[in-house]
Amino acid sequence: MAPTATQAAGSAPVFKSKRPLPFPLNIYQSAIGRKWVMAWTGIGLLGFVIVHMIGNLHLYEGPSRMYEYAETLRELGGGLLPRTLLLWIMRVGLLAMFVVHLHSAYTLKERSRLASERAGFVGGAKKYASKRDYIAANYASRTMRWTGPIVGLYVLFHLADLTWGWWLGDAYVRGDPYHNVVESLSSIPVAIIYVVANVALAVHIFHGTWSMFQSLGVNNPRYNGLRRNLATALAGVVLVGNLSFPVLVQAGLVDEDNRDCPVNDTTGLECLEAEAEAH
Amino acid sequence: MSGANGVNGQTSQQSHGGTLSLTLRIWRQDGPDAPGRFHTFDAPNISEDMSFLELLDIINERLIEGGDVPIEFDHDCREGICGMCSLMINGRAHGHELATTTCQLHMRKFSDGDVITVEPFRAKAFPVVRDLVVDRSSFDRIIEAGGYISVNTGAVGDANQTPVPKQAADTSMDAAACIGCGACVAACPNSAAQLFTSAKLAHLNLIPQGQPQRWERTEAMVETMEQFFGSCTNHGECTEACPKEISLDFIAFMNRDYVKAKIKNRKLSGQS
Repeated sequence: MAPTATQAAGSAPVFKSKRPLPFPLNIYQSAIGRKWVMAWTGIGLLGFVIVHMIGNLHLYEGPSRMYEYAETLRELGGGLLPRTLLLWIMRVGLLAMFVVHLHSAYTLKERSRLASERAGFVGGAKKYASKRDYIAANYASRTMRWTGPIVGLYVLFHLADLTWGWWLGDAYVRGDPYHNVVESLSSIPVAIIYVVANVALAVHIFHGTWSMFQSLGVNNPRYNGLRRNLATALAGVVLVGNLSFPVLVQAGLVDEDNRDCPVNDTTGLECLEAEAEAH
Repeated sequence: MSGANGVNGQTSQQSHGGTLSLTLRIWRQDGPDAPGRFHTFDAPNISEDMSFLELLDIINERLIEGGDVPIEFDHDCREGICGMCSLMINGRAHGHELATTTCQLHMRKFSDGDVITVEPFRAKAFPVVRDLVVDRSSFDRIIEAGGYISVNTGAVGDANQTPVPKQAADTSMDAAACIGCGACVAACPNSAAQLFTSAKLAHLNLIPQGQPQRWERTEAMVETMEQFFGSCTNHGECTEACPKEISLDFIAFMNRDYVKAKIKNRKLSGQS
C-alpha cells in the first residue's frame, strides 16, 4: 500500500513456495486446490453418511430385515464379484477420502494459524483485545475444527462398538446387527455418546454443505439462496435419522421382546437367514 | 446514538454542536519488534460531527501540546476511496458501521461515555510498523503478480472497439470497487486474503480486456496470495467487514477459475 511513516522490514512471505509436484498433484499443493479436494471428499463422506442413515432405517423392520440388509451389502456385485469384494473396495475408498479430508483440514488449519500470528507477538492464534463481534461466522463455521475431530473419534468408537464388538463381549453376535445395535444402545452412556456425536456431525454438515459449493466455485446468483436451505435440510435429515436410533432404543420402542430367532452366531443366524428367505 | 434528530441525523443542521466524552484504549507499539501495549486516553468534548480519524487528530494535538509522541495511524483521502485508513475499532474492522471506512465513521455513531478499543489490523502478513500502522505491502505483491492487463501502446483505439457486455461490465465494476484496505484479512479468523484477491481477479477476468492473461493471472495471483495468507473456511466475515461490500461470490469465482487455470495453463503451454 502507500508509503508508511517508518518502513517496516516489509512483509516477507510467510510461507515458502514448495517445488511443484507433477499435475494433478500440484493442485493439492495450493490451499485453494486443497479446499477443492476437501469439498469433493466431503461430498463423498456426506453421501456415505446419508446412505448409511437411510440403510439403518431397516432397524425398524425387525431383526431379519436388518440381517437381510447387512447380507445384501456383503453380496454387492451379485454373482459377478467375490463376496464382500465390492464392500471392501467401498470401505477402502471411504477410508482414503476420510484420510485426505482430515489431512487437508489439518494442514489448512495450520496454515491459517501461522498466517494469523499477531504481528509483534509470538505465537498464539489470531485474537483481538476487544471481544470479536462475529457477524457472519456462525456457530457451525467456527466449530468445524471441533466437530470434525469429535466425529472422527466417534467413527473409531462406532467401529469398535458395532463392527469389532470390543466391549459388548459375549453379547456381541457377529452378523446380527439388530441385536448388536439394541444391545449397545440400551446402555445410557453409549446412547449419550451417539447423541452428542451425531449432533456434532449435523453441525459439521450444516457448514460443510454450504461451504463446499463455495470451495468448488459452484455459484449462480439465481440458486445461491438454495445452498443454505440445502445445508439445513441435509443436516436436519441426518440429525433426525441418526438420533432416532439411540432415542427409540432408550425409549424401549426398539427392543428384542418379540424376537423369534435365538441370539447366537450359529442357529440364530440360520434362523434369521430362513426368515429373510421367507420375505 | 445521541443525535437529537431521528430523521436524516447525519446531515441535519440541528444535530450540530453535540459533544461526547469518550475513553479510548489505543494500541501503542514503538516499532515492528517492540512489545506493544494499550494506552488509555480520555477524550472529553468530542464533536459528534467529527470522523473517527479527526478524533485521533484531536488526541494527537493534545499529545503534541503535552510534549508526547503522537499516535501513528494510516490515512490519506479521508473520503472513503483510497483504502489507506484501517483500524480495528471495538473488534470490528473500520468500526461497527457496515460499508463504511474508518474515515467515514462519524462520532455520532458512538454514545457518550463509550470506551472504545482501537487496535491495528492483525495478520502475520500485516506486520505492525508503529502504533496503528501496519505494512500492507503483501497486497502489492499480489497485484504485481497479475493485477494488470498488457496492451500495446500506440494510437488511441476507436471508441467501442472492444464491446463489453453490460452484465460483465457491471459485475467487473462491483469487483473493482475494492480499495485494498485489508479489512477482509483483518476480520478473517483465518487471516485469509481471498476476498481481496478474488475481487482483483474478477474485475479483470470478467471483461474482454482481461481474457488473454486470464489463466496466467489467476494462477500467479492466487499462488502469491498463498505465500502470505491463511486458508478460507467460508465464514463470510470478510464481506461483512468490507467497506465496499465486495461479494463472497467473487471468492467462488476465483476458486473455480484457479482449478481451471491449472488445467488451461498446461494446455496453453502445450503440456497436454
